[in-house]
Amino acid sequence: MAVSKKQKYAFIRSEDAPVLPPPASQAGITGWLWQNIFASMADYSSLGASIISLMVALLSVCILYFGGIQIYGLIDFAIFSAVWSDPQVIKREACWTVDQGGALPSGWHGACWPFVMAKHKFIMYGPYPSEELWRVNLTGLIGLLGLGWVLFERLPYRKQVGAALLTLYPLLAFILLTGGNSGASFGSVSLWLIIGLAIISVGRMGKRGFLGATFTEFSGLIGFAGWVFVIYNAIRGMAAVDFGLEPIDTRDWGGVLITLVVAITGIVASLPLGIILALGRRSEMPVARLLSTIFIEFWRGIPLITVLFMASVMLPLFMPEGVNFDNLLRALIGVMLFSAAYMAEVVRGGLQAIDKGQYEGAQAMGLSYWQTMRLVILPQALTHVIPGIVNTFIGLFKDTTLVSIVGIFDLLGAGQSAISDAAWSTPVQALTMYIYIAVLFFIFCFGMSRYSIYMENKLSKSRSH
Amino acid sequence: MASKAKTKSVISDEVMISMDNVNKWYGNFHVLRDINLTVHKGERIVICGPSGSGKSTLIRCLNRLEEHQAGTINVQGIEINNDLKNIDEIRRDVGMVFQHFNLFPHLTILENCTLAPIWVRKMPKADAEEIAMKYLTRVKIPEQAHKYPGQLSGGQQQRVAIARSLCMEPKLMLFDEPTSALDPEMIKEVLDTMVQLAEDGMSMICVTHEMGFARKVANRVIFMDEGQIVEQNEPEAFFNNPQSERTKLFLSQILDH
Repeated sequence: MAVSKKQKYAFIRSEDAPVLPPPASQAGITGWLWQNIFASMADYSSLGASIISLMVALLSVCILYFGGIQIYGLIDFAIFSAVWSDPQVIKREACWTVDQGGALPSGWHGACWPFVMAKHKFIMYGPYPSEELWRVNLTGLIGLLGLGWVLFERLPYRKQVGAALLTLYPLLAFILLTGGNSGASFGSVSLWLIIGLAIISVGRMGKRGFLGATFTEFSGLIGFAGWVFVIYNAIRGMAAVDFGLEPIDTRDWGGVLITLVVAITGIVASLPLGIILALGRRSEMPVARLLSTIFIEFWRGIPLITVLFMASVMLPLFMPEGVNFDNLLRALIGVMLFSAAYMAEVVRGGLQAIDKGQYEGAQAMGLSYWQTMRLVILPQALTHVIPGIVNTFIGLFKDTTLVSIVGIFDLLGAGQSAISDAAWSTPVQALTMYIYIAVLFFIFCFGMSRYSIYMENKLSKSRSH
Repeated sequence: MASKAKTKSVISDEVMISMDNVNKWYGNFHVLRDINLTVHKGERIVICGPSGSGKSTLIRCLNRLEEHQAGTINVQGIEINNDLKNIDEIRRDVGMVFQHFNLFPHLTILENCTLAPIWVRKMPKADAEEIAMKYLTRVKIPEQAHKYPGQLSGGQQQRVAIARSLCMEPKLMLFDEPTSALDPEMIKEVLDTMVQLAEDGMSMICVTHEMGFARKVANRVIFMDEGQIVEQNEPEAFFNNPQSERTKLFLSQILDH
């Protein structure tokens, strides 16, 4: 058919091109294999690419092989070759080879689980008195139930349970674990309560503008400080009540109990503190910005070990005679402030990712600074940095092992002190204990990691940017 | 467009905004130079001008998203100064629509609309939702109420942004280039919403380059250049018979493609 020059480039579609299913390389099992395993061989026609593919495959096999040997060795040690029970109650001799005077074959190498079982109470609770262990267990059980309630979405009253977990539960835990009866006098508690109420009313007056324009801006902060006072002293007052529980000094705490107390306090306190510090560092008020920056840089600039040493060795020297802070409490505060500084920087990263338009949109509608932050900015910023937040949590959880150097027997410390028990002295004693401790740590950290992934998926599904 | 009947407007004597000798600097850069402007209730003003002429800065001074350094701005008789109370009061009554919508991506459309009524106006949730649905119906997207902003098209998002501002029942609406970030086929739906708003008697100040919209809706067109108001006039006179050379140049550049 002759086509004139003018018509040459003209084109009108007469029927739609068919919508076809994808080729095999895009769908089904073949597609999955191509995309996930042979992706680097997509242009297998090129010699270089295929050589690289082969080398990568070879390397993978090597890694799998040697890794496999290692992993098999570990499994063999911990499970297949391990001694699981000690029916004759002969302690260390249950894990001795013939050469050492025991019954196991010469050259035997395996875990000595009866040792861990015998030390189990010590690893969990430290020297906490055995007849009072129900208090620790009850605290743990309530905490676990509450946490489960809050983390699973389908249950009703999650917010209320969460609020109780953050307010009433620490008080309950304190009373149960220490025995209450803290010795704070009725007079001092009520004096501080009254001071707190006075601060709140100053805040209220400031808000109404009775104290001039400068105070109006800070009224919220003053009121907040007042509430902190009141709540703190209400707790102090409650903790001073004698419930008839036997008092147990924190020196008798240990093991997983200490690890959880330090880690949970650090985790729960570091997030709100970190948020406040991050907001402070980005604030337009020079004083708030300067103080936050100094705080963050100070705590980030010193190692946690230094913090703990300072708290347990130096601090008592500066204290007036007779004032004696609990060693654990000092370590707790140190860990808390230390992790708050790290958390602040993580949160600041999230805040910086938020578009300026979000602030302006909220401001233009008349939302106040705190409303803007609480309702608009922080929900977005914190979602962005969930991986960083959980990273900090996991780091903090593992850093709690450092408290053992200031004489607090956390999980690692308790384990190490158990190792030195001559009644269980065998060549595999230490290794068995360290494997057990590693497994315990892994369970906690992996749990946190999985929950964070679940949260990320849930939040990204509901938004679909 | 010019052939269409112009929307009627009822302009009262009540002064909504008065700006007297307003000046503003960004560092050494003098961004607003001696701005004098009076806006009455019911007026619809379009501000146009080349990029960087200070149009956006001017309307952002009206709800204190930007601070001015000299002169006075009164909105509904309240002076804008460092007093946070005044600023809060003004922001409650002045709605603003942005070029990039600035919807909150973590909240549904309905939650976007009810946020300010609930937290700023202290309205019960049910009432706020009722109002939100009323305005979402008015911008013709009530069926999207439970979606998230990311699931909507640009035009729909901008209409949500308009509805969100209206939920505060403002007395004045500020539009900061509301159609500049939209695909061409989305512009009309947003402009239609704005025309409808004008027909309902809303006072508005609109920074836009949509000259068709200006002809149809505006009572007054203001041309700004280098931080100053260069020319202002009724739309017919402004477009058909511009006086200043700069206006003529600008109009020739945006009208002749």
